[in-house]
Amino acid sequence: MNPNAFAAAPVASPHAHGGGSVARTMRHVQLALLPATLHGFWLYGWPSFLLWLLTILACVGWEALALRLAGGRRVGAVLHDGSALLTGWLLAMTLPPWAPWWVAVVGGFIAIVVGKQVFGGLGQNVFNPAMVARVALLVSFPLPLTQWVAPLAQPAPGFVDALQRFLGGAPVPDAMTSATLLGHARTELSRGVDLMQVLAGAPPSSLSWLGERAGSFGEAGALLLLAGGGYLLAVGVIRWHAPFAVLAGLAVPAAIAHAVDPARYLDAGSHLLSGAAMLGAFFIATDYVTSPSTVPGRLLFGAGVGLLTWIIRSWGGYPEGMAFAVLLMNALTPTIDRCVRPRILGRDRRGRPLDLPPGSPRQ
Amino acid sequence: MIAAVLSLTLLGALLGVVLGCADRFLRVEGNPLVDEIGALMPGSNCGQCGFPGCAGAAAAIVAGSAAPTCCPPGGKALAAAVAGRLGLAVDLSALADDGPQIAGVAEELCIGCCRCSKVCPTDAIVGAAKQIHNVLREACTGCANCVDLCPTEALLLQPVPPTLPHWVMPKPLGA
Amino acid sequence: MGILTTFKDWFGNDWGVHPDDRKRPAADAAVRVMPVPERLWLPLQQHLGAPARPVVLVGQRVKKGQLLAEAQGAVSAPVHAPTSGTVAAIAEITAPHPSGLTLPAIVVDADGADEWGERVGCADPFALAPDEIGRRVAAAGVVGLGGAAFPSSVKLAGAARAGVATLIVNGSECEPYLSCDDRLMRDAAAAIVDGIRIMRHASGAARVLVGIEDNKPEALAAMAAAAASCAEIRVCRVPARYPMGSEKQLIQALSGIEVPADSRPADVGVIVHNVGTALAVRAAIRDGQPLISRLLTVNGGCVVAPGNIEVRLGTLAADVLAFAGGLHGDGLGLARRLLGGPMMGMQIPHWRVPVVKGTSGILALAADEAAAGDADPCIRCASCVRACPVGLLPLEMSARIRNDALDAAAALGLADCIACGCCAYVCPSRIPLVQYFQHAKGELAARERARLRTDATRKLAAQRQERLAREASEKAAAAARRKAERAAQQSAAEKLVQGEPA
Ligand code: SF4
Ligand code: SF4
Ligand code: SF4
Ligand code: SF4
Repeated sequence: MNPNAFAAAPVASPHAHGGGSVARTMRHVQLALLPATLHGFWLYGWPSFLLWLLTILACVGWEALALRLAGGRRVGAVLHDGSALLTGWLLAMTLPPWAPWWVAVVGGFIAIVVGKQVFGGLGQNVFNPAMVARVALLVSFPLPLTQWVAPLAQPAPGFVDALQRFLGGAPVPDAMTSATLLGHARTELSRGVDLMQVLAGAPPSSLSWLGERAGSFGEAGALLLLAGGGYLLAVGVIRWHAPFAVLAGLAVPAAIAHAVDPARYLDAGSHLLSGAAMLGAFFIATDYVTSPSTVPGRLLFGAGVGLLTWIIRSWGGYPEGMAFAVLLMNALTPTIDRCVRPRILGRDRRGRPLDLPPGSPRQ
Repeated sequence: MIAAVLSLTLLGALLGVVLGCADRFLRVEGNPLVDEIGALMPGSNCGQCGFPGCAGAAAAIVAGSAAPTCCPPGGKALAAAVAGRLGLAVDLSALADDGPQIAGVAEELCIGCCRCSKVCPTDAIVGAAKQIHNVLREACTGCANCVDLCPTEALLLQPVPPTLPHWVMPKPLGA
Repeated sequence: MGILTTFKDWFGNDWGVHPDDRKRPAADAAVRVMPVPERLWLPLQQHLGAPARPVVLVGQRVKKGQLLAEAQGAVSAPVHAPTSGTVAAIAEITAPHPSGLTLPAIVVDADGADEWGERVGCADPFALAPDEIGRRVAAAGVVGLGGAAFPSSVKLAGAARAGVATLIVNGSECEPYLSCDDRLMRDAAAAIVDGIRIMRHASGAARVLVGIEDNKPEALAAMAAAAASCAEIRVCRVPARYPMGSEKQLIQALSGIEVPADSRPADVGVIVHNVGTALAVRAAIRDGQPLISRLLTVNGGCVVAPGNIEVRLGTLAADVLAFAGGLHGDGLGLARRLLGGPMMGMQIPHWRVPVVKGTSGILALAADEAAAGDADPCIRCASCVRACPVGLLPLEMSARIRNDALDAAAALGLADCIACGCCAYVCPSRIPLVQYFQHAKGELAARERARLRTDATRKLAAQRQERLAREASEKAAAAARRKAERAAQQSAAEKLVQGEPA
């Protein structure tokens, strides 16, 4: 061999790095979720904390197991990136706060093993793992997945009480249940009651800005999620295109429909503040792996998610449609990425070289 | 429970369809034309593959009766190209590939018997009787036809030395 | 820059990266001139194109500036003696190249006199014909000093032929750490402007745009002052953004022209030269001095006294570093040796590598400055897509190359990649994207060479078959002829026998 050759393989440029890392990105997202999560603990008490904790543990555990079974050697390093933790966290945000323990474990399994590892692990999955789990749980176990506890329910269970309830899987006592705004509206509508009357009886939706209402664990803190999203935008972890498109895709048709028939359609504000709208816009639709990689692609993707959510909420069989909408658009992501490509410098959109500008020497 | 089974089945079916589509769309386009494969082969008809010539080998590869790795002078590069054309998976690690090789004459051993120049499929060996022979670097395909014939073992295959303009950055390891 | 630009940036046109430039304090230190070392190694290929052909013999005495090797072919550049001395050998030296392979170089032992040979200057360059300037620039061996080392005369002559309207002078120096162009503009603005005017004369361009990044306010001020009296030269401030100094990016930023993908800038009426080149052209024309030295930046966390140093070409990087005060702790914390900047420069295996015309810097990076670490899987974050100044999809291309689907990567525009490194710089998974691209480009080129070779082989084989067939048919013809002759003889003999009655 050449005596001057490198002992090791040569390292190609660039020799500098911006310092970003997957773990850092995930930490930012977790930080952004924190306020809404704490708010959720305050609203729903110990059971919600246990659910949150177990969902995360389940996801990390399943991830470790799957990696071990797949024979990976870098189990520790991969776990360290925090993506499984984040998946668990996001899943917990979408679950009813008093769901029993097995929901967390089964959900973690579906999210990590079915939603991610069978595709080949981080970066390979087509569907958002948390949303896959959410939908699979909802379709398979409709009952525990639609039992919403009233916020600040009294008497608040103590820790031991909560643990018993959590492990025992007892249904939420009737006195403590409550309906979500979307669920309530749907039930009443299906009974033929006019939305105007329904909402007149219910607390005005502006109250929900404070978040004291029933819903999934991460639903009530919509404003805190919005703030978290703002933080992510500020640190550059996400860009504004997808969240904006989701919210616009949801709000615009909602506003139009509400203007046309307020008795039949909820207003845009309620749509934006209820269900998983904020969570979906800032934390789900911005998922790197399952959303398109170009700016126009993301605008398209977000608008699709928003619009589908509104359609499902308004006409579909479920009161909330964010998870379904995300999965549907996830399936379209490869197609969007194939069709929407950035224009290469010096070429037109089809990839042909540009024409020389008029008046240039060689024409 | 039935709902659970159903939903998971549905999910599985859905994913299956997606994977199927991905396979369809991401597959390398294959046009298994013998001519096309033949055009990739070294074209010296040296016969080391065991077929009468490169065209025969190409036909056999297309028909599946020979592996894409059957051509020693083509080496890894050819095997990869052929496998890519045909959309075959091929285990390249089985090919001990030290890169392309060419023959060289050890001048002190050559007795000028001319046996080598008669069998070279590309006329890469020049030299007159009783004169030292020489291999033209540009013309030799490394087929090794000449090597066994030399009575004095003056002919040896040597790897083509790497040069600056021909150097290729290695592929990143792992990940 | 304008509402439209901001708007475009919002929608994804915010290409490039903003690396920590680390140019100071080296940029603020005064230039040091390194004395001629005892031995100089002058590679025959210091430029893009064909290598030069030696015209001196081993043992021959040469004067400073004397021709050592002449240009060979249309795109090539000669090599001159950087000092007076003796040609000690023509030997192999490690190339300034990441492969660590060697290349032939003329070795000159300095005699210490540093005595100039004959020089033909010119007091009034503007009286010379443009193609005469081109010839003199070619003879002086001037190449682009920004790094690509393309022979400058070829560009100037091509520009004059094509009728170029705009000469762009690149003073952006967007690579972190490097500050030699900055230093030249601060110290020799008047001479650079003179060189620019000569180049304008040679290329026939009507206007000159000098692009300088806004992180070099001193250079901007100096150049603006020096060019104040020339109406046709405009000094423009461009935002500091890597890779602003890349040819097509700078052209677009300064003139708004987007160079079509398979065209050269001259095709749209623009040529780009580096500020250092302007200075070299001036020296070649006014003083008749060939390119024998250059200013380069020595920098990096391991260097004791970073700064800009003027060195003779052929000086070993080891000697330059020693002159710059050596490395901290004798190179104990040294993580990477580089020639050029950290974004596009190349790693070298050791310091015994000569400074060539295109060497803009010598960097000794400490571990905390050098990119390292295992690659994680791609999380499809699309940071790379956002950063790519060309509008490529690095994540898609690297995924294809990883699976050896090189043609698929080529279909995604691999050939348009300028290897600027923005994508790998921002990748949170630290995927060596540029290495994938360089590997694929090299592999595709090798494949093309193999294809050409196969074609040649096939032709040779066919020729052999033809020869064998011809030989066989000649043999057969000869045999038939002989047979016929023999038959004729025989029948004659028989006739003779028969015709003779017993
Ligand atoms: S290996 Fe020998 S026979 Fe084969 S091409 Fe080379 S010189 Fe000719
Ligand atoms: S066969 Fe061997 S000895 Fe005979 S000519 Fe060829 S190289 Fe020389
Ligand atoms: S190295 Fe190539 S792909 Fe990466 S950012 Fe630069 S031009 Fe784009
Ligand atoms: S920056 Fe790296 S991790 Fe992100 S999409 Fe590009 S290659 Fe993948």
